[in-house]
Amino acid sequence: MHPLEELEAAYQEARRDPAFLAELEDLLTNYAGRPTPLTHARRLGQHLGGAQVYLKREDLLHTGAHKINNCLGQGLLAKRMGKTRLVAETGAGQHGVATATVAALLGMECVVYMGSEDMARQSPNVFRMRMLGSKVVPVDSGTKTLKDAINEGMRDWVTNVQNTHYLMGSALGPHPYPMIVRDFQKIIGEETRRQMLKVAGRLPDMLCACVGGGSNSIGLFYDFIPNLSVKMVGVEAGGRSLRLGEHAARFAGGRPGVLHGAYTYVLQTEDGLISNTHSVSAGLDYAAVGPEHSALYRQGRVEYTHVSDAEALAAAQQLCKLEGIIPALESSHALAEVAKRAPRMSPDQIIVVNLSGRGDKDLGIFQSAGVL
Amino acid sequence: MPSRSTTRIDACFRDLRAKQAKGLIVYLTAGDPTLDATGELLAALDRAGADIIELGVPFSDPLADGPVIQRASERALRSGTTLHKILDRFPKWRESVSTPIILFSYYNPILQFGLNDFAATAAAVGADGALVVDLSPEESDTYTQVMRAHHLDTVFLGAPTSSDARLKHAAEISSGFFYLISRAGVTGERSEIASSVQPLVERARRFTSLPLAVGFGISTAAQVREVETWADAAVVGSAVVHAIEKRYPLEGPAAIEQFVRTLKAGPVG
Repeated sequence: MHPLEELEAAYQEARRDPAFLAELEDLLTNYAGRPTPLTHARRLGQHLGGAQVYLKREDLLHTGAHKINNCLGQGLLAKRMGKTRLVAETGAGQHGVATATVAALLGMECVVYMGSEDMARQSPNVFRMRMLGSKVVPVDSGTKTLKDAINEGMRDWVTNVQNTHYLMGSALGPHPYPMIVRDFQKIIGEETRRQMLKVAGRLPDMLCACVGGGSNSIGLFYDFIPNLSVKMVGVEAGGRSLRLGEHAARFAGGRPGVLHGAYTYVLQTEDGLISNTHSVSAGLDYAAVGPEHSALYRQGRVEYTHVSDAEALAAAQQLCKLEGIIPALESSHALAEVAKRAPRMSPDQIIVVNLSGRGDKDLGIFQSAGVL
Repeated sequence: MPSRSTTRIDACFRDLRAKQAKGLIVYLTAGDPTLDATGELLAALDRAGADIIELGVPFSDPLADGPVIQRASERALRSGTTLHKILDRFPKWRESVSTPIILFSYYNPILQFGLNDFAATAAAVGADGALVVDLSPEESDTYTQVMRAHHLDTVFLGAPTSSDARLKHAAEISSGFFYLISRAGVTGERSEIASSVQPLVERARRFTSLPLAVGFGISTAAQVREVETWADAAVVGSAVVHAIEKRYPLEGPAAIEQFVRTLKAGPVG
């Protein structure tokens, strides 16, 4: 608990420090590659036959996903706190790669915990982390996926807190993490607003993003929450079916509970044990959702839905063929939902999808799914 | 805190003080490897002279625990152990065990049970209190009130990294005893007791007159004797669970009884 107090105090100080903010902005611009483009997906829109579809291209950032936004912010914060070592969890490996990257850039030691099942299905990212000088520790406990990696990361952190920062990759866990991660990701929505006003002269009608822990989605949504004309749709992993253990759709099959220090919607048994989850996409394969999403769900401000493994795989193929972009399987969940909604909208309406990551890491999964 | 009646744990420490003795608190995971075994083991710990027993409720994600208790939790879950089943068995265990027992749990199983139902049931079946390892003092007002209403003790943790303000608050909402963890980190056996613990005990004394127990990393009789020189009780967890893992399947409860007897009375060295 003390480490959380220390972190919050340091963060509150840093976010008001112009030098900290200037250093972060410089890295986001000249290292990560911000602002990211807003691509008008014309052929996809024509094919779907309805609303115009724009892609917020977080896949074009250094390391290939939105995760770097948060890692640069927390990395600088850790350094400012005098920490010399970063630990992180990773599911798909995108956050692990981004953390390993920032650790190398800032000259810090880095240990990434990754479920052994995830290491097998996202092996390219394991190699990338090792290339970058990080230690990747396989986690064999529990379900061998993201939640178990978080358990190990937190155990490491509380044991080594004097020199170690836990670099949480999503908008979950105990306060202040959901707030810090959201603040470092909200640049996605802020840029989208400026870009949309420039190209269309108005705000979009709908925002759509996948929701695992919920960092790319809260990053896109946050700036638009007060604009009630903008509908927001969060897409969870429907997996193989909606039977407990076969999916990661917390709002469809979960109920409020506590996991990793957050009170939020959790997939669990009647006895309060955390359930197994499944998704074709490792980055969405987690039993709890970031607590701010639970609040937005209860307020009715964001609509949460889910698409299946098969629908996500099909949406990924569609984007490859129509737009020449290989999306991450996580982001493909949002694309699959857009494929359902765009045809029901008119051509003068606009949907922005967060293309939160690129799909190179998923080629092995496409191959085993018989797509390649 | 409103005044409260004397609990079994209060009486336990009062008796220890009268004898100028220190307490031994022993942890085991309920359902490790089965609930039948837990019945036998509780009786064995009682015979061996454990002063208080912490009975762990197995959880799928035991964040605060090291590998030994994680494995115990997995064995218990494999045998189908749940909080409901533990409380169902409790009256039977109470027939042969008079030692105070506190439930050591993560918060979610209690939350899903229903906080009021949990407290009412725990009190009715003869449990003496609870330690909820992932419930922070700041979030615990309702929990503490409900537990108090059922005359159950609430034990919270203080750590070497806790600020004075935090330590004071955690001590104030504790009852029965205050649990100090010897070092930051997770449960598990260690060859030496951290040097941070003695100053922590001295700091905690300034804020509370509750008995002070020290745990996390205490695994031998010699370490128990060392802790007893400055605290009121020592907690041994992983070492007992380790003994259950290694010896119970072949040697039964007698081996664990013997081990705890050594912890209780064994010589230094």
